Amino acid sequence: MNYTASEADQSAAKLPGWRASLLFALILLALAGLLVRAFYLQGIHDEFLQEKGNQRYSRVVEVSAHRGMLTDRNGEPLAVSTPVESVWASPSVIKMGDLKDAKMDEQQLVKLAQLLSMRVSEVHDRLADTTRDFVYLKRQLPPDQASEVSGLNLAGISLKREYRRYYPAGEEIAQTLGFTGQDDNGQEGLELALQGDLAGKPGSQRVIKDRRGHMVEDAGSLQPPKPGADIMLSLDLRVQHLAYRELKLAVQKNKAKAGAVVVLDARSGEVLALANYPSYNPNNRAQLTPEQMRNRAVADMFEPGSTMKPFTVATALETGKVKPDTVINTENGVLTIANKKIHDTHPEPFLTVAQVIQKSSNVGASKIALSLEPSVLWQTFSDAGFGAHTGSNFPGEAIGMLRDAHTWKPIEQATMSYGHGISVNLLQLTRAYTAFAGDGDIKPVSLVKLDAPAVGKRVFSEKTVGEMRAMLESVVLPGGTAPMAQIAGYRVAGKTGTAHKLEGHHYSNRYVASFVGFAPVSKPRVIVAVMIDEPEGGQYYGGLVAAPVFSQIAGETLRMYNVPNDAPLDNVIVPPTDADSSREEV
Amino acid sequence: MRRSGWLNVLLLVLVVAGALSVVTSQHKARKLYLAMQQEKEHARQMEVEWGQLQLEQSTWAAPARVESIATARLQMRLPQKEQVRFIRVETVGKVGHP
Repeated sequence: MNYTASEADQSAAKLPGWRASLLFALILLALAGLLVRAFYLQGIHDEFLQEKGNQRYSRVVEVSAHRGMLTDRNGEPLAVSTPVESVWASPSVIKMGDLKDAKMDEQQLVKLAQLLSMRVSEVHDRLADTTRDFVYLKRQLPPDQASEVSGLNLAGISLKREYRRYYPAGEEIAQTLGFTGQDDNGQEGLELALQGDLAGKPGSQRVIKDRRGHMVEDAGSLQPPKPGADIMLSLDLRVQHLAYRELKLAVQKNKAKAGAVVVLDARSGEVLALANYPSYNPNNRAQLTPEQMRNRAVADMFEPGSTMKPFTVATALETGKVKPDTVINTENGVLTIANKKIHDTHPEPFLTVAQVIQKSSNVGASKIALSLEPSVLWQTFSDAGFGAHTGSNFPGEAIGMLRDAHTWKPIEQATMSYGHGISVNLLQLTRAYTAFAGDGDIKPVSLVKLDAPAVGKRVFSEKTVGEMRAMLESVVLPGGTAPMAQIAGYRVAGKTGTAHKLEGHHYSNRYVASFVGFAPVSKPRVIVAVMIDEPEGGQYYGGLVAAPVFSQIAGETLRMYNVPNDAPLDNVIVPPTDADSSREEV
Repeated sequence: MRRSGWLNVLLLVLVVAGALSVVTSQHKARKLYLAMQQEKEHARQMEVEWGQLQLEQSTWAAPARVESIATARLQMRLPQKEQVRFIRVETVGKVGHP
């Protein structure tokens, strides 16, 4: 046995015991450190790492939501959003400036310019500033053309999806629909009024993407996209076309400055057509003037003239002060109130109340108005919706002016009875006639299709309405001011208006010719109002300028809707050619 | 000792099989998801096309266009009042002016 070795072993084993314990403690400490660190990373500071991890594969993508469609009452599209692509480039990536390390050669450049239908030099110029990271090459390219561009697979050229709105009915309905801007938000007209419902809310979604950028897994929807609602308007594209066509013809024929037409459904108060001329093409708004953009039927106020007379007379009938056959002393056509003279075009010593309407006598209307309390007349005008919103919610509606009855002087009460000193918009005026076309109710107007007819507010009794309809029908018969408003096969009632335009504080020799009427009288279906601004073709009376437009639009609309005739087809009585009776005081 | 050894092997096999099936079903899920994405994209494209077709249809069928073709090319016009006869439904057989 070798004791020496054994002794040496023993002495080695007898090294101080604390060394082992120290080492063990150190190892334990290191372990504890690792555990704490692990716990810290996993349990407390986990968000940071989680995020870093997610960044490797998880992406939040935006899910686009398109804008809702506007259709007419029969579902014909009036405004449709369709996706287009905008081509943008990153000049700092392409480095077209110094050709040494350019990512695009001459051939590719020519090809790109060809696809974008731009000049090569133009594309080159856009790419010249290599300090920029973003420059649009071409906005709103059709999808098929855009896919050819992306097919070129050029570095630094990308596509961006945008929406463009198309209006298939074009200029015929431009001011009523309005339009949207580059970002597909409503800027004018109904597009603006209905923005809240039409606009889609883009959503977002968390997805997991693979190396090649494909989505491989849905990691939870953050916010579901909410596409905009499709809205069915009350407008009828066919009626709108008729209205616009006839209005355009009339404005051109009479060399007028402008014109507007409103067609209402007499039963429900829905707007079937709202046309303006001059108009513009909403699909190409390069040269657009505010003049063309304005919806004159809603945004313009005018003094209505004689189209107000029926409301004066109906108020008098309602109070029982007069009957249709009550004789009024019309003073041979001249009435002086406070040094102001009121004239009639056809001076008569006496007229019945019915003839005051038929012949549009200002003196007669003034006398009837002066027999009424101002507050009573004011109440009728106010109930008829003058000086208040029509309920159409159209942006920029001019509510007109109806002054408080306390401030009326007798001369003002007289002129207001025939539509001067009061201003209205055409839609208000048309709406007021729902009282005569219905059973005395003024209905709110709607530009959106209704499920059930709107409930109106009773203004006149049925008896008064019956008497008024007879009077208004006499207006279009021989002896009245608007024989040209007659329609073959249908009975027509209406009232002409011819008003001097107020410029500053003086009435000028420019006119607004108007006609508001409804048909068929036995069971009214449509109310049509026509307003022609500054006719200068020699004629300016409402009965000669506006009434024929009414006849065309109402006649064709009734035929189109298959409304049963309430008169023989040979009912139209051609007036004498000089049409003297069509003249009315202005 | 022998018994638990077999059990371990069995469990191991089960674990491996389970793991593999997770992998395959995950793979299948991703493939299906991809297919769904493609179908969704397709649906979106169809919707876009539907909108474009509606636009096209309404452009072709615009009243102004129909009217001009009817009057100019097809020589159509409204009937004169002498050419119109009314037939009343309530008085069967009686034909004539209203």
